[in-house]
Amino acid sequence: MGNEQQSGGQSEGIVLTEDQKRRRRQRSIAIALALGILVVLFFAVTLVKGPAVLTRPM
Amino acid sequence: MSVVDNNSIGIAPRISEAEVGDFIALLKPRVMSLVIFTALVGIVLAPGHVHPVIALTSLICIAVGAGASGALNMWYDRDIDALMSRTINRPIPRGSVSPEEALAFGMVLTFFSVVTLGILVNWYAAALLAFTIFFYVVVYTMWLKRWTVQNIVIGGAAGALPPVVGWVAATGSLSVAPLLLFLIIFLWTPPHFWALALYRSDDYARAKVPMLPVVAGPDATRLQILLYTILLTAVAIAAWPLGYFGPGYGVVSIVSGAGLLWLAVDIYRQREGAAAVRAARRMFGFSILYLFALFATLLIEAMVPVVGKMVG
Repeated sequence: MGNEQQSGGQSEGIVLTEDQKRRRRQRSIAIALALGILVVLFFAVTLVKGPAVLTRPM
Repeated sequence: MSVVDNNSIGIAPRISEAEVGDFIALLKPRVMSLVIFTALVGIVLAPGHVHPVIALTSLICIAVGAGASGALNMWYDRDIDALMSRTINRPIPRGSVSPEEALAFGMVLTFFSVVTLGILVNWYAAALLAFTIFFYVVVYTMWLKRWTVQNIVIGGAAGALPPVVGWVAATGSLSVAPLLLFLIIFLWTPPHFWALALYRSDDYARAKVPMLPVVAGPDATRLQILLYTILLTAVAIAAWPLGYFGPGYGVVSIVSGAGLLWLAVDIYRQREGAAAVRAARRMFGFSILYLFALFATLLIEAMVPVVGKMVG
């Protein structure tokens, strides 16, 4: 699982392994899905409540 | 971008090895499912009409809040989780998620669950959800769990609050019925966890968690299980003649309560060897079924008139 360390010149940095890239892509998709659900939730409640979405207790 | 620049900091940053499934495991999905179920009962039992979208939003926020509590609990308890066979395979002790990732994950979910519930549903429910998370993480996990033998008795309040949050989300107010739901789960928690602790006491002793069997011994635990079960079944049954819940609930609470009481007596009597372990395991398993039966009956009783109206 180790990261491939490259040294010398301008390319110094950490290069992710294929497995690390795959896992990061999966995590990114999961975050995108979660944000998408949040957007849909706000949209749906706004449709249901209409202008009343801004009038809540407290 | 697959190249992470580390020129400016001089040390190699940690590259996350976590899978999405590891983060899902941090949410404690099995606990979450019970929270969703009990919160749903709170919402459905509440008087008046709740729009399904609002109900679903409430449920999602409550579920995510419960998941956030689980993640923060695993972050704080990572040292003792690594010592207990029941928890050694959790994402942090296994090394697939770093403590910092779990902490950040839990905090972000806490923020979003509470704020979303406040904005989209109501701020009373949001405040109660925030209190529930605070109680579970700070009062139970950080304070009581490692300090007192009464840890799960008091800490059980956090697990008992979801139906109340659900009710408040639906109505914006509080009533006796959701407090009865709270009381049932609150009284259910000690015998449920002490039954588990009876056959997992080595785990808790190794982690130096002062669970009742470790501190007071198995016999004292058996007596406490019996006493709490008597109290639990009495309160659960009393809710029916007091008029809060219907006759179907009354029958189920009597029948399943008798079963639970019988198993508690069995635990009290079986004190040695494999029979004692079997009695504790049966009590633990049946206690889950007991709570599910009570809440499922409440759900069905509340849904029958609604479905009848839709069909008619």
